[in-house]
Amino acid sequence: MATAADIARQAETREIRGRWLLSAPALVIIALASIGPLAIVLVYSFLAPGSYGDVIWEFSPDAWLSVFLKRDIFDNTLSFADAHLSIFWRSLRLSFLTTLIALLLGFPTAYFIATRSARTREIWLFLITIPFWTNLLIRTFAIQELIRNEGIVNNLLIKIGVIGEPIQMMFTDFAILLGMAYVYFPLMVLPLYASMEKIDFRLVEAGYDLYATRWHVLRHVIVPLTRPGIIAGSILVFIPTLGAYVTPRVLGGGRNLMLGNLIELQFGQGRNWPLGAALSMTMLAIVLLALMVYVRVATRSGGQNHG
Amino acid sequence: MADKGSFDVRHQSGFPIVALICFFLLYLPIGALVVYAFNAGASVAIWEGFSLRWFTIAWNNEQVLEAAWRSLRIATSAAFIATAAATMAALATTRTRPYRGLNAKYAFLNMPLMVPEIVVSVALLIFFSRIKLATGYTGLGYLVAAHAAFCIPFAYLPIRARLEMTDLSLETAAADLYATKWQAFRWITLALLWPGILAGLMLAFVISLDDVVITEFVKSAGQDTLPTYMLGQLRRNVTPEMNAISTVFLLISVGIVTLFFIVSRKRN
Amino acid sequence: MPHSASDEFAIEVRNVSMVYGAGASAFTALDDVEVAIRENEFFTLLGPSGCGKTTLLRLIAGFSYPSGGDIRLHGQNIAALPPFKRPVNTVFQNYALFPHMTVSENIAFGLAMLKRSRTEIRDSVDRMLKLVQLEALKDRKTAQLSGGQQQRVALARALAPQPKVLLLDEPLSALDFKLRKEMQIELKRLQHETGITFIFVTHDQEEALTMADRIAVMSAGRILQIGSPREIYDRPAERFVADFIGETNFMQADVLSSADGMAEVALPGGKRIPALVVEGFRPSGQVSIVVRPEHAQIVEAGPEAHLTGTLENTVYFGTDTHFHIRLDGGRQFILRRQNSRSAAAAPQNGTVVGIRIDDGAAQILKD
Repeated sequence: MATAADIARQAETREIRGRWLLSAPALVIIALASIGPLAIVLVYSFLAPGSYGDVIWEFSPDAWLSVFLKRDIFDNTLSFADAHLSIFWRSLRLSFLTTLIALLLGFPTAYFIATRSARTREIWLFLITIPFWTNLLIRTFAIQELIRNEGIVNNLLIKIGVIGEPIQMMFTDFAILLGMAYVYFPLMVLPLYASMEKIDFRLVEAGYDLYATRWHVLRHVIVPLTRPGIIAGSILVFIPTLGAYVTPRVLGGGRNLMLGNLIELQFGQGRNWPLGAALSMTMLAIVLLALMVYVRVATRSGGQNHG
Repeated sequence: MADKGSFDVRHQSGFPIVALICFFLLYLPIGALVVYAFNAGASVAIWEGFSLRWFTIAWNNEQVLEAAWRSLRIATSAAFIATAAATMAALATTRTRPYRGLNAKYAFLNMPLMVPEIVVSVALLIFFSRIKLATGYTGLGYLVAAHAAFCIPFAYLPIRARLEMTDLSLETAAADLYATKWQAFRWITLALLWPGILAGLMLAFVISLDDVVITEFVKSAGQDTLPTYMLGQLRRNVTPEMNAISTVFLLISVGIVTLFFIVSRKRN
Repeated sequence: MPHSASDEFAIEVRNVSMVYGAGASAFTALDDVEVAIRENEFFTLLGPSGCGKTTLLRLIAGFSYPSGGDIRLHGQNIAALPPFKRPVNTVFQNYALFPHMTVSENIAFGLAMLKRSRTEIRDSVDRMLKLVQLEALKDRKTAQLSGGQQQRVALARALAPQPKVLLLDEPLSALDFKLRKEMQIELKRLQHETGITFIFVTHDQEEALTMADRIAVMSAGRILQIGSPREIYDRPAERFVADFIGETNFMQADVLSSADGMAEVALPGGKRIPALVVEGFRPSGQVSIVVRPEHAQIVEAGPEAHLTGTLENTVYFGTDTHFHIRLDGGRQFILRRQNSRSAAAAPQNGTVVGIRIDDGAAQILKD
């Protein structure tokens, strides 16, 4: 007859098996319709492009090479693919600038919310969250309506006589920057708020007590205390903007491409699926790199938190 | 010690102004959008008086209605599938001693949040096109599957949060009182969990409704959802019909999220 | 009518061990524990936190399975049964009341899970509500009740399915003093009325002494002594038990001679007194002896006294007085005397006094 210890072990194995069964549907769905297919993209990046899109099943390193290099048609020399590299550079630059703007504007905003009374705080939080749940496309469209040549801002400025001709704002890097900052602003505010909510203002009082000015207190007390929030918010803005597609497409037009648009191009007019695959893998690599940096910085900061 | 009223430790000069300006700027574009939906004229920028005509036009637009209906069908199916899967996954990964593979599972379940949508779109485009060739199936199944997949983490997080708040000793007490595992789940766990499940469902629904990129890549011809229809329209001459559609869409999303807030607060 | 447990055993725990982890980091929560609890008995598991009493209770309830050994209920081995198959119910320390159900629904839960008929459930619930005097609150949600009321709901809920054994895991620890005393009386009454075996876990030795028919004193995963409150108090089997239960005085003494059950020892200072010996133990040489504070008298320092010392402190407790005496050897001796009108006046602090130990009060300890 089985001893109680055997029963215990059997029960435990049964339970673990049960847990795997329970989590199976979710894991399978994600594996089939989200993460799994990424493996196929990797495979496709090593194939040759077909004439009307799709691929030819033969090995070709061309896709990966053309991510960074291009071959001169005349003398067959390899040189850096300026077009691609300038798009990489724009993506990184715009993402970085968006994050910076969001941080500079988001910090006072989060601070403001965190220093309201308990009851009003909830309302302010609710107000920040609402745009966040509004469709990305609608928000981008709203910006477009403001800055178009026939848009609200230009019309207003012409009407009151400040300018004679509409200012070209659409289809510029400025438009993309504005759009992305607008769309991702709440994502910066929320983590900032979360860490500001926890600030023990007695530490701030201590700072003032020791002859610090408001600026000093801000710089040497408040900012270090909110460091986890700053890091989290930055990552939450930087990564999605790297992968942005809709906003640059609508506001940047066909001229100011970000990486996401470049990728889409290969599956549309560009008809170079392997290149699109290789570019996607490159984007994924950059995102993973950014995530690793985040984890490194976040855990280090956690260890040094004096609180 | 300084009088509390004269020196506010919390005050930083300029912050409140910046914050209020940000709030204003946050709502300005959306506000303008909504306002011009009621424009009598055909311009999205020149006001010509109040009118509801664009709402009527949108209402009578076959394509808009078809796209909206498709969005609702996909969102409903995907939300229910995602919530069911997420509930089971949450039960499997919460309130347990760490076991082998638990951390991996948790990371995997949240991966759709980390991977850029464009990369997933490309992957699904390739994968599903192969399946389309092999099986000839071109229905809404692909979209529902894709939506369900990226909705799972959104449903998972609130359910997990709610589950962690539920005291494990209650299920132990139920077992002590002759409840089998299934009975304990049905009468105790589920009863206490349902606000989290409801929250997850609403979140998943809104997220699915809002999706643009993945839908754009995965859809076959003629399978527009409301967002992809709007994306197509943005290239052409834009009329306040777009504003009208956007306004309705806004109301639905905001309505659901407000409901979500109320439900979460009530149960706390 | 005197209450007595039957001779039948309700629960037998045989050679039960509970080990967590393995190898170097293994933690033994219970070490080869053995105890037999009688039917209709109010049995208490007593010990400091971490001694394993709650672990043992959980094994009886079925929330864990023992690493080794047997647990029998009326002769039937239940160690391998899941909790919902054991006719044993628990009152939890934090009550674990279902917050989304009313008082009645909570009480009805066990019977509902057992698929009893609607009428049977209704009658049982009514009976239980009357038993714990909560009829007025039967439709209230449990979250709105006070601690004492929640306690009674937890009790009613566990008693409704008429289990063979009721387990109580420190159920009174969250209540304030007065409520606690009331509930102690309540619990005794309930046990009498229902005739169900109660196994009660506590770290409060006073609670154990006042309520239990028998007590098992536990420490570090082992049962040190099982006996009636009187036996535990008067005849502690070892040092830990003597120290844990009530107040006691420890002293070194030399064994002069010993026979079955009795020995003659020489106290520090030379006086000889008889001392009780635990069964089967043959003491020799230097031993520890214990004397309860109330088993000694304060006398004139002189030939009558067994020990002498200086009275350092006199503490007045209303019902009795404690005398803190510093013995000549340096040790402290606490002596307790009941306050009565006819008692002699207490000596002043600082005077030299004598202590006379009652006959048969000293006991030699197995260390």
